[in-house]
Amino acid sequence: EAAPEPGEPRSRPPQQRQPCGEAPGGLAGWECPQAGTALSRERPPVRGGHGGTSGMSHLSAPESSWSSLPRVPAFLQGPRLAAHPTSPPALADGPNDSEKPTGGKSKAELRAERRAKQEAERAQKQAKKAELSQAATAAKPRLTPTEPQSVVKRLPEHVQVDDPAAQRKLAKKLERQQVPLRQDYGTKVNLFSHLHQYSRKKPLTQQMSIPSTVIHPAVVRLGLQYSQGIINGSNARCIALLEVFKQLIRDYSTPPNEELSRDLVAKLKPHISFLNQCRPLSASMGNAIKFLKKEISCLPDTLREEEAKEKLQDTIDKYLREKILLAAEAISRSAFEKINDKDVILVYGCSSLVNRTLCDAHVKKGRAFRVIVVDSRPRLEGRETLRRLVRKGIHCTYVMINAISYVLPEVSKVLLGAHALLANGSVMSRVGTSQIALVSKAYNVPVLVCCETYKFCERVQTDSFVSNELDDPDDLIVLRKGQAQLGGWAENKSLRLLNLVYDVTPPDLVDLVITDLGMIPCTSVPVVLRVKNVDQ
Amino acid sequence: TPPVAYLLTFKKKKKGSSLRKSPSLVPTPRRHTSTIQGLRSSLLAAIDTLSRVDSSVAVSSGGELFLRFISLTSLEYSDYSKCKEIMIERGEIFLRKVSLSRNKIAKLCHPFIRDGAQILTHAYSRVVLRVLEAAVESKKRFSVYVTESQPDQAGQKMAKALRKLNIPVTVILDAAVGYIMEKVDLVLVGAEGVVESGGIINKIGTNQIAVCAKAQNKPFYVVAESFKFVRLFPLNQQDVPDKFKYKADTLKTSQNLTEEHPWIDYTSPSLITLLFTDLGVLTPSAVSDELIKLYL
Repeated sequence: EAAPEPGEPRSRPPQQRQPCGEAPGGLAGWECPQAGTALSRERPPVRGGHGGTSGMSHLSAPESSWSSLPRVPAFLQGPRLAAHPTSPPALADGPNDSEKPTGGKSKAELRAERRAKQEAERAQKQAKKAELSQAATAAKPRLTPTEPQSVVKRLPEHVQVDDPAAQRKLAKKLERQQVPLRQDYGTKVNLFSHLHQYSRKKPLTQQMSIPSTVIHPAVVRLGLQYSQGIINGSNARCIALLEVFKQLIRDYSTPPNEELSRDLVAKLKPHISFLNQCRPLSASMGNAIKFLKKEISCLPDTLREEEAKEKLQDTIDKYLREKILLAAEAISRSAFEKINDKDVILVYGCSSLVNRTLCDAHVKKGRAFRVIVVDSRPRLEGRETLRRLVRKGIHCTYVMINAISYVLPEVSKVLLGAHALLANGSVMSRVGTSQIALVSKAYNVPVLVCCETYKFCERVQTDSFVSNELDDPDDLIVLRKGQAQLGGWAENKSLRLLNLVYDVTPPDLVDLVITDLGMIPCTSVPVVLRVKNVDQ
Repeated sequence: TPPVAYLLTFKKKKKGSSLRKSPSLVPTPRRHTSTIQGLRSSLLAAIDTLSRVDSSVAVSSGGELFLRFISLTSLEYSDYSKCKEIMIERGEIFLRKVSLSRNKIAKLCHPFIRDGAQILTHAYSRVVLRVLEAAVESKKRFSVYVTESQPDQAGQKMAKALRKLNIPVTVILDAAVGYIMEKVDLVLVGAEGVVESGGIINKIGTNQIAVCAKAQNKPFYVVAESFKFVRLFPLNQQDVPDKFKYKADTLKTSQNLTEEHPWIDYTSPSLITLLFTDLGVLTPSAVSDELIKLYL
């Protein structure tokens, strides 16, 4: 469960190519250009396309955006003919040849058709609106002036778990995308009944067939790694996500009569839903996905598919390099100015940035300081920090979080990592961080937070209840002398276990935020967001 | 091109109080600079030399901001002398802005002084003097308490200047601030430097006054020109660099700095109500916003 360093994910080496024609049940060829299937030719025409489909509306082999499967297992075929293993490749001749669809309309004509359709729909909408407005003007005196306009933003689904309408919408959406819906586990504390609570013993993959026809296997593996806690920490998760998206783009091939910029975004959606079901997306992942979607939809039409894919992979690499790796270097350098000789620095949990800063300061610049590592159950991430620092020769002390008021009088500064920085300057980080900040304030110890700018969120949160993550409550069960304390918690009606993952630290408890743009006070986070938006 | 280097000379006031920067472009045959980089490095060297003579925060921040201002234009001209002309022009603009800034601040600040107010100020600050002058000009009656401000008795100088303006003034001991705080209506101080967090660096004793003012809920106002904004971020008193705390000669000659008495202290932004600058009236959290605009 240790959090791997960013850039060294503990996952297996990149997927080996499986020989095609393997028995179903193996990770049969996502990249098998030879074998084709006759299914695609015999498929009945699908609504909403010009001969092409989005591949999501039925369970048979999808229109070959991921290259054809050699053989589709029988239980997935439905009422169709079995696939011919040696039939000539159908509409998509491997991933490389999708520029000129075999006997379809040219791109410009398609676009003109689409535009004509849109105009027709728009005209229809206008006509309807005109009717409605006539009815409305007749009924206007009845409208109260305080009716809310549609400016109110919709709440995200993941904080509306106790609202059955929202959950029904989610279920329908997942069904449409062919992503299984993960069931909640155990009774929740009332205050957090609006959040999901999953069990680690029931991963999402138990509910789906593998190999999945809709979800790329790399994404399935990533989802499992997230939900089982193998990849932990916001930087590690984001890097793993971007690497997997690069793989997705490599294996993607535009179906005929589709544009890459539109279709790829649509293809990414079920994968993102799947990852979200495995483990709620972190703020860093959310920002990376937003960036990627924007890049894809801004691709010029004139690019060929290969060039477009190259370009996308380059932009992802650039994002990774600049926003994550170089930013870490810059933060390490800035934070180094604040570390003096004879300092006693308190750190909490395991943050890749803080670890890197301390190791650099000690190894490369030779500052003499000592570190107090504070840890907390049930994750015990501080042990990983301890391991890394001690290996570099830094003098460390290890305490649990209930001992901080004992050690704080000798601490000169507190260095914390962050999961996200919110628009009002609040810091969202591992649960326990706000407690450390609070007690440090009481002891007048300066609190420094290290955070890259790509984790800055437009959200505003003033408490830790509204949006959070509930981890598996069974993690809190302790095994001591053979007895599992709290083991029978589910049977006890008046007992609830709460395993929170994040908490929110108010900005007045934080003295300084170190970002790749420099050292700023907590109240300047909206300025950075504004500057970033202007840049874009 | 004739080898010419432009030097800013800072008119130094006695006894190390806050400086007045006055433009004095002195053509001195110095190092032969024929590239922009060379010019920049010689300017940096000049700033460094001056800082070594007078280790005030204002010198360092003013110098850096000047450098940024003149080099922030597009210097894409292939003709080196044209570039130099542009830089000189920008330099003149900068210095003109600086000399007008004090009047701007006075105009912004004097409405906050009500008729019959009792004001507390600390040590000798020319900006505060200008503000009080403006208040007198707008026909307000008020009285001022000035701290003596050891070890250089700068408060006495301030009192003399105020008496010349016919303002009733009382000089009090530095230790009497807690005693007098209940009588005053507002506290008005200058600053030698304004740091990124919105806090200020000023003559030693300012932090105490700020703490007392906060405890008794009196507004604490700071007046400072924008060239004093500096890219420091001290976390506490120890974090302020030594080169600002002590005089330049002390830094050079002293063996053990812990035996020397510091000349400045750091006041944290939570104790400051408002800052009056030529960029406008700012809250401490807006200072970082302005700094980002100035430096990025």
